[in-house]
Amino acid sequence: MKLSTTLLVAATLTAGAAQAGPVAPGDVEFGEYGEVTESLTGTPGDPENGAKVMKTKSIGNCISCHKVTALNDAPFHGEIGPPLDGAADRWGEAELRGILANAKKTFPGTMMPAYYKVEGFVRPGNAYTGKAAEGELDPLLTAQQIEDVVAFLSTLKYED
Amino acid sequence: MKFNAMTAVAALMLAVPGVASAGPDDDTLVINGETEMTTKAPVPAHMEDLPMDQIMSGWHFRSDETQALEMDDFDNPGMIFVDAGIDQWNAVEGSEGNSCASCHEGPDSMTGVRAVYPKWDEEAGEVQTLAMQINDCRENNMGAEPYKYTSGQMANMEALISVQSRGMPVNVAIDGPAKETWEKGKELYYTRTGQLELSCANCHEDNYGMMIRADHLSQGQINGFPTYRLKNAKLNTVHARFKGCVRDTRAETYKPGSDEFVALELYVASRGNGLSVEGPSVRN
Repeated sequence: MKLSTTLLVAATLTAGAAQAGPVAPGDVEFGEYGEVTESLTGTPGDPENGAKVMKTKSIGNCISCHKVTALNDAPFHGEIGPPLDGAADRWGEAELRGILANAKKTFPGTMMPAYYKVEGFVRPGNAYTGKAAEGELDPLLTAQQIEDVVAFLSTLKYED
Repeated sequence: MKFNAMTAVAALMLAVPGVASAGPDDDTLVINGETEMTTKAPVPAHMEDLPMDQIMSGWHFRSDETQALEMDDFDNPGMIFVDAGIDQWNAVEGSEGNSCASCHEGPDSMTGVRAVYPKWDEEAGEVQTLAMQINDCRENNMGAEPYKYTSGQMANMEALISVQSRGMPVNVAIDGPAKETWEKGKELYYTRTGQLELSCANCHEDNYGMMIRADHLSQGQINGFPTYRLKNAKLNTVHARFKGCVRDTRAETYKPGSDEFVALELYVASRGNGLSVEGPSVRN
């Protein structure tokens, strides 16, 4: 029994990060400026799905606060946060990943929610029911959805 | 270096609200062509340190079409509920054989009441909202069942009482025995709740005038409550609205009528001291 567990661990380690499952929200390592260098999943992000996450109200709903010209097929972009056109000219992948996971590490006090965080909330609710959360919270986005949004934002460059 | 510069730019944008492209408008609210309403007023003394140059009714943040509905009582759907409130006012209920009218005569005896609630009640030893006072009367003077806190009947009665003060300035007391409750309400106003970690202030102090998706953020003033909302086609009470807002932060809400919401109501009302009582107002 003990031997097989050891073998399993060894096998997982050998297989590398891609097969080890996503980094748990509590294990994300933030750099000095709030950046997150390591991919949360080891699987490259899908920019197309990232776009979908950003404009879908029940998923990321990023355009609720940010204008993004490339997502103009979805109506009503908000203006609470900075416009994201040219985001990739201003930030690298690590910075974008860090801002998405927990923007407060990059911009202390920012209004932006932390999309990959599950602890440290005041009166956490069970989604939008108004009732208390039951058990552990899921992060607002999955690790892969974060990677997908990072991939999409990385395409937002001004033409030179 | 580039990254630090952007951090500074972003911080600046966060620090300067009101750089909105879609700010509040400059229209004037006159009801029935005669009652001129104060919908913009100087910032109350207790808010002088805030980066706001004036307080504004939510009416300014709505479309011309929605605004127009509040300018004539025949167009204001909220007035239908005032009529229902008159029927309730005159209805004898409970073990004592009383109606509201038995003690208070006409609803016009309530003139000025809405403007000063919530207020400290010496006998009860607590800050009471208008809803609490209505139920206090029903239970103790009429021997009747209390209305449910955010029920239609409560909203009707609040609308009837509010409209008697329409045009009078909100003037809730925040000092003396009410101070402790007011402080608690203030703390709640700035507490970032839920998984989205949003406080009242994030939207209604730091970002009023901005669009959040298709919504135009107001200052979150409550001088217009109860409010007829086109969204749900009914009259809405303040605590029901508070509950909806807190729910939308993905938080466990407080209960309508709870100590927390009573305190929050006092604090938020005080942020509108000087604006006209508008209830029943019309919003989207």
